[in-house]
Amino acid sequence: MWTFIQDQILGMKWLNVLIQNLLAVIGIDTSSKIGGSITFFIYDVIKISVLLCVLIFVISYIQSFFPPERSKRILGRFHGIGANLISALLGTVTPFCSCSSIPLFMGFTSAGLPLGVTFSFLISSPMVDLGSLVLLMSIFGVKVAIVYVVLGLVIAVVGGSIIEKLHLENQVEGFIRNASSVEIDTPSLTQKERLIYAKDQVVETFKKVILYILVGVAIGAIIHNWIPESWVINVLGNRNPLGVVLATVVGVPMYADIFGTIPIAESLLGKGAQLGTVLSFMMAVTTLSLPSMIMLKKAIKPKLLGVFIAICVIGIVLVGYLFNVIQFILL
Amino acid sequence: MNECSIKVLGMGCKSCHDQHANVIDALANMNLAADVEYVTDPQRIMGYGAMSMPAIVVNEKVVSMGKVLKPDDVTKLLEKLGY
Repeated sequence: MWTFIQDQILGMKWLNVLIQNLLAVIGIDTSSKIGGSITFFIYDVIKISVLLCVLIFVISYIQSFFPPERSKRILGRFHGIGANLISALLGTVTPFCSCSSIPLFMGFTSAGLPLGVTFSFLISSPMVDLGSLVLLMSIFGVKVAIVYVVLGLVIAVVGGSIIEKLHLENQVEGFIRNASSVEIDTPSLTQKERLIYAKDQVVETFKKVILYILVGVAIGAIIHNWIPESWVINVLGNRNPLGVVLATVVGVPMYADIFGTIPIAESLLGKGAQLGTVLSFMMAVTTLSLPSMIMLKKAIKPKLLGVFIAICVIGIVLVGYLFNVIQFILL
Repeated sequence: MNECSIKVLGMGCKSCHDQHANVIDALANMNLAADVEYVTDPQRIMGYGAMSMPAIVVNEKVVSMGKVLKPDDVTKLLEKLGY
């Protein structure tokens, strides 16, 4: 039963068969390289677009219950490592875009939340979200998805705690430390307003990421049918002990949505790249990016920014190696 | 008709620019003259307590945050506030 959900509903295998049959009708040989690329492209664009729309709708509906102002109040009730954990969890459900990171940072700090708790939130928010959980399930299976999310939360909690222990409060720009706390009421939404909000988010997100999806799928289709398997195995497979490090370093400055990285990850895995190597690439692309670092640099001094980047990179590399070691259990 | 001053808060991302433009459109549609200011200074933004951008402030009170309101929605919001 679960296999059916996995393959046909989340994985949409039936769609692949349908596309192959349709292309065969118009005379394209889907076993050829070009035919295979076309199949991969059409199948992945449709699959990812459908998943994206359904997912964003459900996620936005859930998120409408957790505006950052509310997350801030919830967090004020927790202390110690528990606060880091709740912060990492809230990071996965609080709607958040990179340009809100500074107001959010200031809001958390002025409410008296420890620096480490804020960073647990800032790490987990881009790295792990509800969307990545379901997407990973559809492509790599439920075990990989759950382990990914758990490890992402571990990085966020441990990373936040380390920043806490290092006492880097003086590394936060003065205007943030001195911001006064302002409590405002979060408007209570009706059921209808939440549904409209969710629908608007679907339209907005779709417009924003469709380009990433098309580019990601196009790269995926090229890897899928044109790049020799031996190349991928040599660079990203078990013959290269530094594959994880390479994937992370390449992924960090890149900025793409998880929906755009999935098709690349999927096709690399199919060509013999190791699971951990592929996942560390995805984590690196989604967690750290130049635009978000430039934004954060306005709020924190270079030393703390460096510590933040180092923790994320080391965490991602460790997760990559761990996945490579336990790959045979998960796939 | 009482004075109306509107501020759009944002850190300069696309959604915040859209929100600013939508507010101006809405005011033009309503034939309402009001001061519209686009605030990007983090300290002033914090003063309003809004943590999700973009946010709209009418007469120093936050009336919308965390989403981009379309011109029609801005009009509805302003009408609800009595303009």
